[in-house]
Amino acid sequence: MLRLENITKRFGPVVANRGITLEVGRGEVLALLGENGAGKTTLVSILYGLYAPDEGRILLEGKEVRIPSPKAAQRLGIALVPQHPELIDAHTVAENLALGLDLPPVFARRALLARLGALLQDHPLGVDLEAKVERLSAGEKQRVELLRALLNRPRVLILDEPTSVLTPKEAEGLFQEIARLKREGLAVIFISHKLEEVLALADRIAVLRAGEKVGELSRAEADKERLVRLMVGRSPSPPPKAPPPREEVVLEVENLLVPRHGFPVQGVSFCLRAGEVLGVAGVAGSGQKELLEALAGLRPYRGKVRFLGQTLPKEPARVFSLGVAHIPEERSMGVVGGMSVAENLALRTYPAYARLGLLDYRAMEKEAEALMAAYAVKAPSPRTPVRFLSGGNVQKVILARELKGGPRLILAMHPTYGVDVGAAEEVHGRLLDLARQGAAILLVSEDLDEILALSHQVAALYHGRLVGPIPREVADRERLGRMMAEGRA
Amino acid sequence: MEEALVRAVLFGTPILLAALGALLAERSGVVNLGVEGIMALSALAAFAVALDVGPFLGVVAGVGAGVALALFLGLFAITLRANPFVAGLAVAALGLGASGMLGKRYEGVPLQKVLPEAPLALLALLLALVLHLLLYRSRFGLYLRSVGENPKAADLFGVNVEGVRYLALGLGGGLIGLGGAYLSLAYRPSWTDGMTAGLGWVAIALVILAAWEPLRAVCGAYLFGLLFFLQFRLQGSVPIPSEAFAAMPYLLVILVLALSGRSRAPKALGQPFERGR
Repeated sequence: MLRLENITKRFGPVVANRGITLEVGRGEVLALLGENGAGKTTLVSILYGLYAPDEGRILLEGKEVRIPSPKAAQRLGIALVPQHPELIDAHTVAENLALGLDLPPVFARRALLARLGALLQDHPLGVDLEAKVERLSAGEKQRVELLRALLNRPRVLILDEPTSVLTPKEAEGLFQEIARLKREGLAVIFISHKLEEVLALADRIAVLRAGEKVGELSRAEADKERLVRLMVGRSPSPPPKAPPPREEVVLEVENLLVPRHGFPVQGVSFCLRAGEVLGVAGVAGSGQKELLEALAGLRPYRGKVRFLGQTLPKEPARVFSLGVAHIPEERSMGVVGGMSVAENLALRTYPAYARLGLLDYRAMEKEAEALMAAYAVKAPSPRTPVRFLSGGNVQKVILARELKGGPRLILAMHPTYGVDVGAAEEVHGRLLDLARQGAAILLVSEDLDEILALSHQVAALYHGRLVGPIPREVADRERLGRMMAEGRA
Repeated sequence: MEEALVRAVLFGTPILLAALGALLAERSGVVNLGVEGIMALSALAAFAVALDVGPFLGVVAGVGAGVALALFLGLFAITLRANPFVAGLAVAALGLGASGMLGKRYEGVPLQKVLPEAPLALLALLLALVLHLLLYRSRFGLYLRSVGENPKAADLFGVNVEGVRYLALGLGGGLIGLGGAYLSLAYRPSWTDGMTAGLGWVAIALVILAAWEPLRAVCGAYLFGLLFFLQFRLQGSVPIPSEAFAAMPYLLVILVLALSGRSRAPKALGQPFERGR
């Protein structure tokens, strides 16, 4: 049905896709598996008319087609559910859906609702058509996005990392829907970096690494280990083991409350000992960010927080100087893009580089070089502005800065989001090293496997309340999923 | 009393037209700070053509000048992705300066055929209603609001972001131009340098006060109209220097802006759009 031949796309000197050939047929699910930065999203953007390929051609049912814009893609029957819902928050659900329709120039609201109702008969929406999108949960937003993609009866449906915003149960629902669409004869391209999903859903699996297709397997040929080897280019190392925690209590949180547009964090209490890792799961927007930012001193809060027996100050710089590292949710929060790698690495400790009241750049850059080598930051020089670095390298810069002083408490949010498997293993190793030296770690992650692999205790945030913690030994994916989705341990 | 209300409406009309024009552009995400200059140049264009040809073609010329200058702003603010605030201020200065220079020979020239104010005021009111329907009951309106809220999403749906923004800015320029023509052909049938007297700036403030809703802009415009009327009426009858009265509406603008800081602007307001960024 759809065939890509020898697609190559360059961005300046970087080759995002190199000679990729792929095919997907009617009623087939093709999974595109690869790490972040492997070129999956670029390939999809080409298919959806967002980028033009430098070389290669696209064939739809045997005929060569050009896709200069998203509109053209839609006309050809190619629909996309983007990774992050691209909806218009201020509009109603109906208005968002209407954007995907061929509307008459002038329309009555009631006629639109009736038409959408008829179109959505086979696909129950589960949300009010007249609700504002900003009120919906991430899962509901994605449902809207999917239905909009289906409204025009596409031939090819592309799903870009669709489960990253879903609870396990919601993901299950999505998989059932995909299976149904497949039976209806739709060609589905499913992009993911999660092996379980790919194995559960795909008929064929194409693996991308560093912009090239490194393998293509049928479902029958594929297994986890083979896929990881293709993705990473080597065998996966066994998951690291967290050393047992000590007795000393590092952090006590009692009834923490963050007030802001209601209470994103409502009365959270927990206790962290030295060397202990508490993993916190939760659907995006359940208060994870607010909790970590409060502890880091970035948000006002109520409640008692004691760090090494002392009340934690509410000022970011003082919190850090006591030995609290913060790896923020969004990388852009953690660095200043226009400043160099060396300057970013010195942001927390720049007074140490003062000489006669001026910054000693040579010392700063020398230390930066050492840190860059230690953390395998790929950048031309310490003077390169951080905004020229890839996401994974920016994350390494943040980690290097936050962890270099040997912190006693690490507030980490999605520490391996968007970094490749090799780098993620490194990050995990580093965190556990620090735990071995007596640091307590509060780990917030969307990756349940990461949480289960590293933590001594696990918990979930559910509408701002902490469910758990429960000991790691009695937790598994299903139980954690329930805690996230239903708020019960 | 009745006179006050009539004058309020008649004086509020140019503010209303200019505010509607700015509002249309802003709902599509383009800030138009050039209103004052666009209004001045359109007032001059309308007057000059009305003098030589006739008042109706004068109106057309005013609208046309407004569209042209707004599209000129679009070239910088949309296509070249210049800072839209600076570009808008430049257009304001350009329009004011150009009209002052080109208009020298029309200063003090009387206009023979004057346009009646009332039908134009009614037209402005009607246009506000049309704009409301356009925004909320038409495909173009949906596209326009989408582009103003989330151009990336709109682009993904196949909406031509830049095209919609040009249209919104251009149509808005036409409305502002109509406001200018009303000033020089109907309200005060003459041309004097600086005759817009800051109305364009008031209109920009009014857009915020009206929370980007055309129907609310109507009430706001008439309220300002009433204030301007009171300022004229009270001058001389109360022992307060006339400058204080003259400053009153503008002080009110500042006050209103300070108090309405929380109203919800289109999310992508003032952000140039580039696919894939």
